[in-house]
Amino acid sequence: MNDHRDPVAHVVLVLGAILFVAPLWLVFVGSTQDSAAIARGDLSVLPGNEGFGVYAGVLAGPVPRMLLISLGMALAIAIGKIVISILSAFAVVFFRFPGRHVAFWLIFITLMLPVEVRIIPTYSVMSDLGLINTFTGLWLPLIASATATLLFRQIFVAIPDELVEAARMDGAGPLRFLWDIVIPVSGANIAALFVILFIYGWNQYLWPLLVATNPNLDTIVIGIVKMIAVETQTDWSAVMATAMLALLPPVVVVVVMQRWFVSGLTEGEK
Amino acid sequence: MERRTIFGQRLLPVILVAPQFLLTLIFFLWPACQAIWSSMTRQDPFGLHSQFAGLDNFVELFTDPLYRASIGRTVFFMAAVSALSMSLALLLAVFADREIRGRTIYRTLLIWPYAIAPAMAAVLWIVLLQPQVGILAAWLSRHGIAWDYHLNDTQAMLMIVLACAWKQVSYNFIFFLAGLQSIPRTVLEAARMDGARGWHRFRTITFPLLAPTSFFLLVVNLVYAAFDTFGTIQALTQGGPGKATETLVVKVYRDGVVNLDIGSSSAQSVVLMIGVIGLTALQFRFLGRRQLT
Repeated sequence: MNDHRDPVAHVVLVLGAILFVAPLWLVFVGSTQDSAAIARGDLSVLPGNEGFGVYAGVLAGPVPRMLLISLGMALAIAIGKIVISILSAFAVVFFRFPGRHVAFWLIFITLMLPVEVRIIPTYSVMSDLGLINTFTGLWLPLIASATATLLFRQIFVAIPDELVEAARMDGAGPLRFLWDIVIPVSGANIAALFVILFIYGWNQYLWPLLVATNPNLDTIVIGIVKMIAVETQTDWSAVMATAMLALLPPVVVVVVMQRWFVSGLTEGEK
Repeated sequence: MERRTIFGQRLLPVILVAPQFLLTLIFFLWPACQAIWSSMTRQDPFGLHSQFAGLDNFVELFTDPLYRASIGRTVFFMAAVSALSMSLALLLAVFADREIRGRTIYRTLLIWPYAIAPAMAAVLWIVLLQPQVGILAAWLSRHGIAWDYHLNDTQAMLMIVLACAWKQVSYNFIFFLAGLQSIPRTVLEAARMDGARGWHRFRTITFPLLAPTSFFLLVVNLVYAAFDTFGTIQALTQGGPGKATETLVVKVYRDGVVNLDIGSSSAQSVVLMIGVIGLTALQFRFLGRRQLT
């Protein structure tokens, strides 16, 4: 167990790491090579001669706008979900009000209705509300969250009664209590949830495909799939440079915030 | 669940819960009710009249050999993706749990793919196996294997299984590793004292203690394979060639959005809803655990 020389473990883990890093490496080196050569099947495993020229070309096109749409969508979804989930969990835990249980159960049901199972009817609701082809349509319907509400409820229930009592003695109203005590206490969980939800928002595909047909609202993920859907004349080095740019933000977020996000992800499961 | 100390306001909590409640009502419950309603109606081709049809759409659906084939295909796909992804993740987690040099780096290298979108996983697999571009595809063709998942049904299924399982490994790895780390070292020490080593110790001690994690992950993986893989499949094969990779969600999309067959696609949506409700109930009933997002 404590043996630092464990050749089998190293071999398995190196092979595992290669399985995940190799495709990324190939996409990277592909983004520095000649597109025609890649199309001929001559993708080299070493960086090519184009340098970062392909990136300059890609960034002169619609890609920056797509990245911006993706960023806006991911942030709006992550922040929106966290805000409304904190508010509703706070209401359910710290108040008694008529319809409390009904509200809780109705929110809970959303867990069972992912976008994928209500494609057509959601589209018609969106079009009735005039949200098709709007930026609001990309994020607003996605911020309802049963899981985040349940998570915050669980955290809030664990806040000791003494703390609530003390806050009341000091004359703090509920909103002051929420802002000064509840939110700081849940800081680590909010950070972890932010990472998970940012990735969730950035990686959306079916939803933007349904509600935004206007190319000006294409997210970067939609943009890539459109680029590779053209079977002939695909500009492969541009595809790969765009893919690198699309992968960079979520990968950086995960790697930088790895510790928080891993504990946040697995914590609720114990 | 009930707190002793609570605030007395009545209106404030209603205002606080309102945004979540309204969004749920407008974008979840209302469309779901509409899906159930239109799954029981029949529309003329111009969409001008609709008439109540009871369960006709469902009867039609389940007597349609194409739909039944899609169910079978989806079940196979879900099982293959879950089995492949979970077993690889477990193998990697067992070794990453050992106290070896550089384990933090190994962990990061195995965790980062969590950030990859399902549709982006397709791009990463294209550089490996796309018939013209892919580096492994070129190797296969040099060795006399005609590889083209745009033409060959089996290869198409293999392609989406590999890409979708690959994308989910990091998620499973994170949970298996956490599961392994929560096993008390004293239990493992005791087993070692009793002479249990290697595979034997894994099979008799570690694996049973991982059972709750494994059950939880199994449900999550089945849900992932059924629903979240749409982007990968759409980017790689669009459900083709023919219907070789048309899972149930791809079929709803094709029938509803592409072919505008509202009655049938609504009935399919309702069937999927029942599937999700079943899986979620399973998750809660037997595990009492949640999945984030």
